[in-house]
Amino acid sequence: MTKYIIRRLLQTIPVLIGVTILVFSLMHLVPGDAAKIIAGEGASDQTVENIRERLGLNDPLYVQYGTFVGNAVQGDLGSSIRSGRPVMDEIGARFWVTFELAFYSTIVAVFLGLIAGIISAVRHYTLTDVTVMIIALFGLSMPNFWFGLLLIQWFAIGNWMPESLEFLKMRPSGWGDDWRQVVLPVLTLGTGGAAIIARMTRSSMLEVIGQDYIRTARAKGLTERIVVYRHALKNALIPVVTVVGLEFGGFLGGAVLTETIFAINGMGRLTIDAIRTRDFPMVQGTVLVISVLFVVVNLLVDVSYRYLNKRIDLN
Amino acid sequence: MAKQELLKVEGLKQYFPIKGGFLGRTVNHVKAVDDISFTIYEGETVSIVGESGCGKSTTGRSILRLEEPTEGKVEFQGVDLATISKRQMRDYRKDLQIIFQDPYASINPRQTVASVLNEAMEIQNVLPANKRRARIEELLETVGLLPYQADRFPHEFSGGQRQRIGIARALSVDPKLIICDEAVSALDVSIQAQVLNLLEDLQEQYNLTYLFISHDLGVVRHISDRIIVMYLGKIVEIADKHSLFENPQHPYTKALLSAIPVPDPDKKKERIVLKGDVPSPIDPPAGCRFHTRCPFATDKCRTEEPKLRTSDLMKEGHEAACHYMEEISAGAMQPNY
Amino acid sequence: MISKDNVLEVRNLQTSFSTDKGEVRAVDGVSFDVPKGKTIGIVGESGSGKSITSLSILRLLAENGKIKGGEIRYKGEDLTKVSEKRMRELRGNEISMIFQEPMTSLNPVYTVGQQISEALISHQGMNKKQAMVRSVELLKLVGIPSPEKRVKAYPFELSGGMRQRVMIAMSLACDPEILIADEPTTALDVTIQAQILELIKDLQERLGMSVIFITHDLGVVAETCDYVAVMYAGQVVEYSDIRTLFKQPKHPYSIGLLNSLPRHDIDQEKLMPIKGNVPSPHEMPTGCRFAPRCPAATDLCRAKMPELMTDDSGNQIRCWIYSDEWPGEKEVNVYGETRIAKG
Repeated sequence: MTKYIIRRLLQTIPVLIGVTILVFSLMHLVPGDAAKIIAGEGASDQTVENIRERLGLNDPLYVQYGTFVGNAVQGDLGSSIRSGRPVMDEIGARFWVTFELAFYSTIVAVFLGLIAGIISAVRHYTLTDVTVMIIALFGLSMPNFWFGLLLIQWFAIGNWMPESLEFLKMRPSGWGDDWRQVVLPVLTLGTGGAAIIARMTRSSMLEVIGQDYIRTARAKGLTERIVVYRHALKNALIPVVTVVGLEFGGFLGGAVLTETIFAINGMGRLTIDAIRTRDFPMVQGTVLVISVLFVVVNLLVDVSYRYLNKRIDLN
Repeated sequence: MAKQELLKVEGLKQYFPIKGGFLGRTVNHVKAVDDISFTIYEGETVSIVGESGCGKSTTGRSILRLEEPTEGKVEFQGVDLATISKRQMRDYRKDLQIIFQDPYASINPRQTVASVLNEAMEIQNVLPANKRRARIEELLETVGLLPYQADRFPHEFSGGQRQRIGIARALSVDPKLIICDEAVSALDVSIQAQVLNLLEDLQEQYNLTYLFISHDLGVVRHISDRIIVMYLGKIVEIADKHSLFENPQHPYTKALLSAIPVPDPDKKKERIVLKGDVPSPIDPPAGCRFHTRCPFATDKCRTEEPKLRTSDLMKEGHEAACHYMEEISAGAMQPNY
Repeated sequence: MISKDNVLEVRNLQTSFSTDKGEVRAVDGVSFDVPKGKTIGIVGESGSGKSITSLSILRLLAENGKIKGGEIRYKGEDLTKVSEKRMRELRGNEISMIFQEPMTSLNPVYTVGQQISEALISHQGMNKKQAMVRSVELLKLVGIPSPEKRVKAYPFELSGGMRQRVMIAMSLACDPEILIADEPTTALDVTIQAQILELIKDLQERLGMSVIFITHDLGVVAETCDYVAVMYAGQVVEYSDIRTLFKQPKHPYSIGLLNSLPRHDIDQEKLMPIKGNVPSPHEMPTGCRFAPRCPAATDLCRAKMPELMTDDSGNQIRCWIYSDEWPGEKEVNVYGETRIAKG
């Protein structure tokens, strides 16, 4: 297992190199001269030249790339053009907000998804199954931003909200210290994920329940509860784990819309704002961090997959 | 009449690389077939028997170059099939056909029987298009199906009938040699007997040569003239049918024969139950590959690989690869179970 | 029949499956006895209903399958009627089962020890530790080398033969009265098959259980069974002691089956196959189900299904030849062999 983890870690190196090259090229792929854009309209040639010198844009590309990677590895992603603060600090301030959102959303998704999936599988082809799966289909088809807006409409703006749910109301300041404000955005993100997990769990469970070893378990005289939860579920969860991991990664990098709708100052909004204001170092920084996170999450998913699925030859 | 050589296999090796490590290098090989030689004469049936992983199916596939052989010669009527170009090989596929265990897997389920057979003939260009339909119906009758079934789809047939379709397809190009790879293994006994009889009749009718690959020694005894016993990629014994069943020399052959249950409750025989499992073909034992399970194994067996050889005990053409055939027969060695 | 000391008696069992094409009666009137401490074989080709029969005994049928009629009497209880709870008490405890595919019959995510322990914990009230100790003993009993180590192994770490030994250990955990072995050696190589057959025989002698051996291999039947039921198209066509079946088979299907078998121990000129195919379960013949393929079939055979009749020696046969109503010749030629009709 340790050997596998080491090998898998080594395999992420080429991926990370690819990511840095892509991110690095961002700066050079934008039309026009990056230094000019940074300097702003009407800046003197001297200013532009100074910026160019400061950013090292006159060096050969490979030197620039080397510097970029060297700095990135040490946690230096340059400074934001807009605020002048180090990119890493800005990201650091926002990262945990997004992480929390993604984390809670994943928990909601897993919780709802598993329950729905198992119920559906155990009672397959009954009315319960069909109902649950139709709801899941809704959850899957409904775009996040739409569902988020609906939630706001119902709970926050609508005047019919009961007193006890007042806390759900959005505050003008957006994401605050009150944990209860997490509820709506987490529901928005989590339900979509729950739908995917529910469908995955159901099909996976149905496949497993048809396996020979389930018949063996029944032949031992075990109760149906033990057969389903001990023998079937653990096997059925193996493919589900992959989906959960990918969803978590997706939430981390893809909560942009949800963050925007609920005015949450997370990584997604930071990225959007950076793009809007052409804050290149910031764009580079956020894209790089999100990509690295994705790679790490994938790695964790693979490792846990291996752990769960001991049938895979570890060599 | 002198026997005419049809297929001569010499030093055939088939190694499959195992990829591994960080860069997916080849870290080892599965030595599925490891240096085997034998000859098949025209009009006879030679069987290869052995347990799973012995390399019998791979041998068949290598001869047809469905796998590219790693080493060795496969001479068909004097031409080395292992070295000719793929284009030339395509012409030879007309002469060498194969029937698989599950014909359903090798037949396109969306094609009717007629179009399956037609396609086979078209590829090999055996008959002008306008004469093919008549030939298809004739072929179906030959294999015991009815002409009107030509326009049916494979799923409309039972397992035994599908195997007949597989045989008809092989026959459609007038082959000289047919490799039957576990061709009757999936069939029920009553149907299996029908197909075996059909294969025998066809052999007589068309002077076919069969290479019959099977794990079922009952079937093999029934259909073969000569038999090759394989173990872990090597030939351990080769003999005509009677010598092999009545006078087996290799300890593995003896164990294999004694292990098969006899459908006769009165025949209580001494059974040699081998210890353990077949070792992995990735890292086969040194010396004699059977030594890990052989009740007679000595230090010599563990280090020195026995070559196929004959002895005074055996009829002509009977060879076995064991250092101690004579001693074992004379009772000079005691088995250690 | 022969002995009154039967642990299990199956009477006129009927099991159906609902399919897209309508109801299929996979088992239709199966009767046989399992004498105490003996091995009975159920032999038949694919689609004969032999596996469904064994699954019916333990009520482990797929969801679309249902026992429609008949009785399965075990120690005074009718297993077709007892509660699901009672059935669970019996499964794996008094009646246990091993299956054809040792590769897929063990749960890949639990160790061998955990899987053997389960039955001990649920039926014998052992705690985990006791169950593990007993698991090691059981692995030793079935001849697995270094059982203390193997008890912690996952199924993928074992060969096919070893897994089948584990399955056997698991089925023996609670000292069952009856072991049902459904094609236990079909997926194994012949030298490994020999090991497993020896093991089952040896264990049966030592533990005194009854074994129901389901197989398509007549050689395996001849070597392991005391009695045998031959099944064809969902019915038992002949039930007799092993010597009678192999030396003097009565039913034309049994005769045909034995004549179709290529033998490795003797020379045969030409095989004498049974013509035609097994009838589709959707279109069963109205009379005797073997009549369309039978070389001796008469109009009576095609019109009316024969009952399973018991002869003087206690053997049972489902064929008109041996009834008083037989309309044909006294000497009947069946696949080159002569049988004397009763009438």
